[in-house]
Amino acid sequence: MPLFPVPDFLPALPEIFLGAAAMALLLLGAFQGDRAAREITWLAVAALVVDLALVLSPIAAHGPVRRESFYGMFVIDGFGAYAKALVLLGSGLTLVLSMPYNARQGIARPEFPVLVLLATTGMMMMISANDLISLYVSLELQSLSLYVLASFARDSERSTEAGLKYFVLGALASGMLLYGASMVYGFAGTTQFDALAKLFASGGTASVGLVIGIVFIAVGLAFKCSAVPFHMWTPDVYEGAPTPVTAFFSVAPKTAALVLFIRVMVGPFGGLIVEWQQIIWFIAAASMLLGAFAAINQRNIKRLMAYSSIGHVGYALIGLAAGTAVGVRGVLVYMAIYLFMNAGTFAVILCMRRDGRMVEEISDLAGLSRTQPGLALALGIFMFSMAGIPPLAGFFAKIYVFLAAIDAGLYVLAIIGVLASVVGAFYYLRIVKLMYFDEPTGVFDRPIGRELGAVVLISAFVILFFFAYPAPVVDGAESVATALFAE
Amino acid sequence: MSSWPLLSLVTFLPLLGVLAILVLRGDEADVARNARWIALWTSLIDFALSLAIWAGFNPQSPDFQFVEQAAWLPGFNISYLMGVDGISLFFVLLSTFLTPLCVLSSWKAVTVRVKEYMIAFLVLETMMVGTFCALDLFLFYIFFEGVLIPMFLIIGVWGGPRRVYSAFKFFLYTLLGSVLMLLAILTVYHETGSADIREALAYDFPSSLQTWLWLAFFASFAVKMPMWPVHTWLPDAHVEAPTAGSVILAGVLLKMGGYGLIRFSLPLFPEASQYFTPLVFLLSVVAVIYTSLVALAQDDMKKLIAYSSVAHMGFVTMGIFTVTSEGLQGAMVQMLSHGIVSAALFLCVGVVYDRLHTREIARYGGLADTMPRYAAVFMVFMLASVGLPGTSGFVGEFLSLIGAFQVNTWVAFFATTGMILGAAYMLYLYRRIIFGVITRADLRAMGDLTLREVAIFAPMIAIVLWMGVYPDSFMRPMQPALAKIIASVQTSERAHAAQLAAARMHEPLLTRR
Repeated sequence: MPLFPVPDFLPALPEIFLGAAAMALLLLGAFQGDRAAREITWLAVAALVVDLALVLSPIAAHGPVRRESFYGMFVIDGFGAYAKALVLLGSGLTLVLSMPYNARQGIARPEFPVLVLLATTGMMMMISANDLISLYVSLELQSLSLYVLASFARDSERSTEAGLKYFVLGALASGMLLYGASMVYGFAGTTQFDALAKLFASGGTASVGLVIGIVFIAVGLAFKCSAVPFHMWTPDVYEGAPTPVTAFFSVAPKTAALVLFIRVMVGPFGGLIVEWQQIIWFIAAASMLLGAFAAINQRNIKRLMAYSSIGHVGYALIGLAAGTAVGVRGVLVYMAIYLFMNAGTFAVILCMRRDGRMVEEISDLAGLSRTQPGLALALGIFMFSMAGIPPLAGFFAKIYVFLAAIDAGLYVLAIIGVLASVVGAFYYLRIVKLMYFDEPTGVFDRPIGRELGAVVLISAFVILFFFAYPAPVVDGAESVATALFAE
Repeated sequence: MSSWPLLSLVTFLPLLGVLAILVLRGDEADVARNARWIALWTSLIDFALSLAIWAGFNPQSPDFQFVEQAAWLPGFNISYLMGVDGISLFFVLLSTFLTPLCVLSSWKAVTVRVKEYMIAFLVLETMMVGTFCALDLFLFYIFFEGVLIPMFLIIGVWGGPRRVYSAFKFFLYTLLGSVLMLLAILTVYHETGSADIREALAYDFPSSLQTWLWLAFFASFAVKMPMWPVHTWLPDAHVEAPTAGSVILAGVLLKMGGYGLIRFSLPLFPEASQYFTPLVFLLSVVAVIYTSLVALAQDDMKKLIAYSSVAHMGFVTMGIFTVTSEGLQGAMVQMLSHGIVSAALFLCVGVVYDRLHTREIARYGGLADTMPRYAAVFMVFMLASVGLPGTSGFVGEFLSLIGAFQVNTWVAFFATTGMILGAAYMLYLYRRIIFGVITRADLRAMGDLTLREVAIFAPMIAIVLWMGVYPDSFMRPMQPALAKIIASVQTSERAHAAQLAAARMHEPLLTRR
């Protein structure tokens, strides 16, 4: 046996393909220039679709079996495939959303889809990380791409500011994560997840240093998925970044970070649930409450969506706080539904154009049901869904995480959750009120464009009719979550 | 007959109408006219179908009938499960009966966004019927909560000047109560491992859990009923809602609370129900007396009737928690009667409101001279609301009082005072509006009931008298189901008593040691 055997590349094929596609598109962009931005974006979407097939084909062929590669640093399993599918969907939808916007704002450059592809590659590696080292590397690949994306409208002061703010705070969080990882290595002697899991499964108590390490890792990950109290960057970055980038932020990286959070907490540190459960409990409760109360006074719809996303992360984290297969199932179902709600809402936000200029005030939506009934109906569906009103999909998202909380005996957390959802309903309803109860103050530009129209239509359809056939999403999440815990 | 999925048909037929209305194209007046007709026909056919349920219903059986089951989330024991028993049957009928009347009553009154208005009402009908038919806890909750969306829009879009405030208050109040019930439903599901209501009914919940679950369910139903002190959303919602919205609100939505108490609170948590009975009695008596007094002081017609609804619902909760055959039947009849009578009273208000565009009582007076038919119709419903023998209101109130008298004389005493107050405020209202001398020219110019309005009121009067004179046709089908609930509560009571007795027997032994 050679000293360094060649690793099995096959499990990492989707990541390798996506990285290679990004490089190829970068070259193409360098040769063709900005004129080809639109074609390159479509090619990137095609790459994402192909990648989706690559992710799902081993599942279709062999079932959700677990395979490791790169000396145990990289793992694929059903859980990862489910999450990767969500991330790829989220990236693809936001790329489609970005095209008309970027063209109008004069930022249609080939670097945009390339950066999205690189970030997506990072996210997929995050999801597959099975070692603290690979976790950090993939997280940084994702984050660095995102910093650039946030300031992509480089002539806009707000966008630049958002990118810088995100970078500084993100670097701080990465530092904390790294510090936590080094603490864990120092006290446990390994960075490999399986080895760590074995160490704690034997019932050994965690030393103080190790707990500190876990806390720092949790802080870093909480920052990445913008959970309270590490959410401060979110409203500013969401407001400042170009709107398609905000849509991207609110969907794909969030899903990836949450999934990584689950991977780290229930994998290597699963035996130490008593140590970290209360941390997650607090983060979840605080996120839900802050997301609900802070959003009430927002006037800018992107800021509102930022707080809303903080709240939604709180709900999803209930599933992690439960620390059970039911909980993980809840998180996956939540993120799947959240993806469509958010993509649809941002598509509507991207339609908010008046005389060729984007408007972002919530009050600009007044009377939308008179001027554009279809768009108003779609946004109404998304808002009621986000508020968790049945029979819309958002209700099912909430019910699965609350079920997990009840299952795990976290009654107080569940009660905080439902009460926060009532407060949250208030600001979602305010948007419905503006659209339906108030008189129009102006009209948005028409037509809204084929890309946006398609995303709005698909998302609204999924959200409205989820109840009719929830089995694929729920059963899929169920089986991969059970498999994650069976290992 | 049973091969047809009749319940699903009744539940989802209105959505077919929605689809038909959605595809309407053309200029606004045409679309509005067609939307009205489609909504009317859909709801009428739906009513006819629901009559078929009644016709095929076996009144001797206490079990759920017309049961339909389809896999929904098979791995989770959650299914699409529908069925009616004697309790839910009449609520289904009430919903399908009132919807076409609502459509008719808004024929002329609603002129803006008619298409959306009719869609909202048809969706609302689906949700209402579904709530009463659902036999799966999650399915029930979905319909129960789904009602909020169309009602929120109805109040907010077609309501009066303070509609936004009222719509929000209505939505958030109800949601707050319901989410707690959702947690309770999840706990029940977690405990029994199934979302089937029938399985939950057969399950024996531990006493400590019962208390919490009962409170959570009660939070939802008490708001929906509404019981004092969480009734404050109702007057606001009623005053601002368009006439048809008030009709559905008073006629059906309030009944969901009472239905829930009978279907869930009593049989699922008998021990907790017993434990909380004094509380419910107290709240009911306060509701009956306090809101009656408040009603006396109102100068807005709709507000007065809204407060009278709270008082009448007080009788219902009192009757339910007597857990006697008379009390429960009284509560049921009272709910059905109130569903028709208060709906009719709101329609009566709507009739004059359409003509004069004010609900202020002082603006009216002496209508008996110019609108004799209206005065007669109004009188029937006023007297039914008061509880005059021969009308439906009497049967309900009288039976609830008999039930209460058997359990607690004082409760019956105070509730009876409420009846007297009820007569006072209704007669006072009637005198101020109908009698007296006409002083204003605009009042004199008001025309009497049109043919359309007569067509709305005639079936309602017929039912009020039918229920008053021969209530048996309504009470017979519900008796077996109610008897089953009473029996289940009493068994647990007996078991509880036996436990206590056993504990007492061991007491001396323990103390001696």
